[in-house]
Amino acid sequence: MTRPPVNDWSTDFDHLDPRWVENPYPIWDELRDKCPVAHTERFRGVYFPSRYEDVRAVAYDTEHFSSRRIIVRETPPPRIPAPPITSDPPEHRPAKNLLLPAFTPDAIKEHEPRTREICARLVAGFAGKSGCDAAADYAQEIPVRVIAVMLGLPESEGDRFRKWIHEILEAGITRPDILMKAMGETTAYFQAEIEKRRAEPKDDLITKLSGASIDGQPITEDHLLGALRLILIAGIDTTWSAIGSCFWHLAQHPQDRRRLVNEPALIPTAVEEFLRAYAPVTMAREVIKEVEIAGCPFKPGEMVLLSFPSANRDPRIFPDADRVVIDRKENRHAAFGLGIHRCIGSNLARMEITVALQEWLKRIPEFRLDPSAKVTWSEGTVRGPRQLKLLFG
Amino acid sequence: MTLKVKVDRDKCQGHARCAALAPELFELDELGNAREKGDGTVPESLVEKAYLAKANCPEEAIETEEKA
Repeated sequence: MTRPPVNDWSTDFDHLDPRWVENPYPIWDELRDKCPVAHTERFRGVYFPSRYEDVRAVAYDTEHFSSRRIIVRETPPPRIPAPPITSDPPEHRPAKNLLLPAFTPDAIKEHEPRTREICARLVAGFAGKSGCDAAADYAQEIPVRVIAVMLGLPESEGDRFRKWIHEILEAGITRPDILMKAMGETTAYFQAEIEKRRAEPKDDLITKLSGASIDGQPITEDHLLGALRLILIAGIDTTWSAIGSCFWHLAQHPQDRRRLVNEPALIPTAVEEFLRAYAPVTMAREVIKEVEIAGCPFKPGEMVLLSFPSANRDPRIFPDADRVVIDRKENRHAAFGLGIHRCIGSNLARMEITVALQEWLKRIPEFRLDPSAKVTWSEGTVRGPRQLKLLFG
Repeated sequence: MTLKVKVDRDKCQGHARCAALAPELFELDELGNAREKGDGTVPESLVEKAYLAKANCPEEAIETEEKA
């Protein structure tokens, strides 16, 4: 679908515009200097704070900004709860505490050997060839399998999960019919899985959550379905995008690549810098009470794009913000959000990205972009390469 | 001069950067939220790590206090 062209990013921005999808950083740099809170009448009214300070202010302010809608869509769909990401206080805290124990660094460490095995197997599949698509053949294959293992679902369901994610997060932005169909399918799928666990419990997250209680009450089916949908959707294309962006960078920066090959101990520090510079996730909030931030009135009913990626490029907070410094020491980036909605999967994502880099760089230290193929990017809530053809050697 | 660190438990959101960067000084509870180990006293050899953890906390939840 072609969209009306944007002439002024500060009063008429469109985050689905091809220029924004392709390379948003120059647009955000300009907004940060000239118009720190941009606005558009598109999507029934959306604000875009571009500076770290203002993104932080919105993220912390749960009185004026609600998480009941977290994706900017062309038409407002019926409310789709996925607690805790769509919860506000006071329901948010117990919903989050329900999931947190499964995602602590220690809990995640248990999934590291399996993740390493998955990565090594994928690398072995293409290491002998002249190249591969690092987004399609590698990055997208990792989180989908790890999440499947955590939930207790077959790794081979990957295609089905990716289809739903595309329909809910991308195609569904402009096509409510596609969105609702995918929602119905995920509900039916998880209902069947929950039934299976009731008959035959397993050592997995679906079993664990099915038997959980919130504030002393057994979890409701709606809450359980919402939480499972969240784990499935939030844990896959986000990390896949982050991994893809690492390879996109390393393919074009041989010095950084060789340094990580020679100093693998630096990889976790570099991962933080890749997360800062190429943060994949932009969340949204709905304005529920009028408020002023940075001199800009926010009107109830409109949405706010909460761009952690733009906040992370703010030179007021990060020196050399537009440069990737793989040994950056001070890096309090906001890739996983700020405030109560800090990404539950942050420890899982960090582990997956780190292991994905380690296993690849061990086998394939030299690679570059394939000059004959275009790199394509996802649009909307999550930004990352969707086609990333590389040549080895 | 002794340095003490303290995690403001109301500000901490469990990013777990402190425990990754300075595991000698910080630990995580069963939900993954951080607290200082013991009474937060930082041995001389870990002062740099303490400030590194503080600088990397996205929520600015780590307080440091220097006492003569």
